[in-house]
Amino acid sequence: MFEVFSFGSSGWGDEMLMGALMTVLVSASSLLLGILIGIIFAACKLSNIFILKIVANTYTTIIRGIPELLVIYLLFFGGSGAVMYIAKIFGYNGYIELNAFTIGTFAVGAISGAYSTEVIRGAVNSVHKGQFEAGKTLGLNGYGLYGRVIFPQVARIALPGIGNVWQITLKDTALISVTGLVEIMRQSRIAAGSTHEPFIFYTAAIILYLVITRLSNILFDKAENTYSKGFVSKGRYEI
Amino acid sequence: MRFELMYESFFKIIEGIPLTLQVVSISTVLGLALAIIVALMRISGKKSMTIPAYYFVYLIRGTPLLLQLYFVYYGLGQFSFIRESILWPILKEPYWCGIITLTISTGAYSSEIIRGGILSVSKNLIEASGALGLNKFKTFLLITLPITVRQALPAYGNELILMVKASSLISIITLMEITGIARTIISKTYAPVEIFLVAGSIYLIINFIIVLAVGLAERKLGTVRAN
Repeated sequence: MFEVFSFGSSGWGDEMLMGALMTVLVSASSLLLGILIGIIFAACKLSNIFILKIVANTYTTIIRGIPELLVIYLLFFGGSGAVMYIAKIFGYNGYIELNAFTIGTFAVGAISGAYSTEVIRGAVNSVHKGQFEAGKTLGLNGYGLYGRVIFPQVARIALPGIGNVWQITLKDTALISVTGLVEIMRQSRIAAGSTHEPFIFYTAAIILYLVITRLSNILFDKAENTYSKGFVSKGRYEI
Repeated sequence: MRFELMYESFFKIIEGIPLTLQVVSISTVLGLALAIIVALMRISGKKSMTIPAYYFVYLIRGTPLLLQLYFVYYGLGQFSFIRESILWPILKEPYWCGIITLTISTGAYSSEIIRGGILSVSKNLIEASGALGLNKFKTFLLITLPITVRQALPAYGNELILMVKASSLISIITLMEITGIARTIISKTYAPVEIFLVAGSIYLIINFIIVLAVGLAERKLGTVRAN
């Protein structure tokens, strides 16, 4: 029963593990892109400029109210066209095709960006006003104030939320299997189709996802502990 | 922008609304029943009850819905004993596979919401109702349940929106609901932006109505006082 998972050309063991690696890679790059988007749009939401607030609110409302699959279809079918359109403005008229990894990262990144925006906005809001004032009084500005004083506090508060966003992002990457990117979901589909053993391959996929979830939980708890040094309540698994 | 195409596709896509709403409402009702059972198991305090409930929720929340859908639709059909069982007429239909998967999924997620709601009911209230001579069942029905409903309603509203979004996945197992029709039109006309705007607006309107309805229900039930 388990010989289908043997390594090499006779089984699907190495292919499934490569699929798992691809899932982790595309999730991690989507999460990073999402955090970047989150920082920008959180700044927009916290700014006093009306138009920026509207733009950021529209973005989060649309992403949170529309199925992820539609966003993926939009980028899958429209991504290359949009890039070619922009390239045309810069004078390049050739054909550009984006690979599945790039499309997947942008699609899932755009989705996780909406969730990250809310997490980061909440975290910045919860940093005490006095911290900004005290930093400025000490003559800090720019990197000194935001990088050395505000960021460590925001990171500590935002980490559990980002951990949740990571879990959502990880599961959303299963959807980009419809665009042809060979991650866990796609790989188990291919293997199930070719061996006529869907049950065992989907079970293997379930186990792989659970293992990744569990490992990342442990990592996020470690990070939370590091960032909350000196605070009374530590990670969830602290005894 | 091809507005003519948007106008035409709008009338095609709205034909998918009944299927979306049907699948969402059937699986929400069934899922709520499942969620109540799982939540009661988790807070029962008996190990034989809490452990299966905990792992059920862990399994469902830790894996993508699409995988669960494939597992039910393709994975179960592999076995001849399932194909020969009386359940097969149900399990061979993508429609019922979609409903079963969504029911299980929302059952796991909502059970956590309900558990939070039940646990938020103050112990004093339970003691007071015991002092008034109400038995356990009546305490649950008359004291715990109404407070739980009020506490859990905002989070449950979010879950309803997630269900509407999740229902789009059943288009992958050949069901022609909103997303399924939208996808077909996109691959025929190659106008992803226009169709996205049309289908996306329909979802936003559905979700907006849910937000309004939940808000109305919250106001009707009144805000919960502290303690």
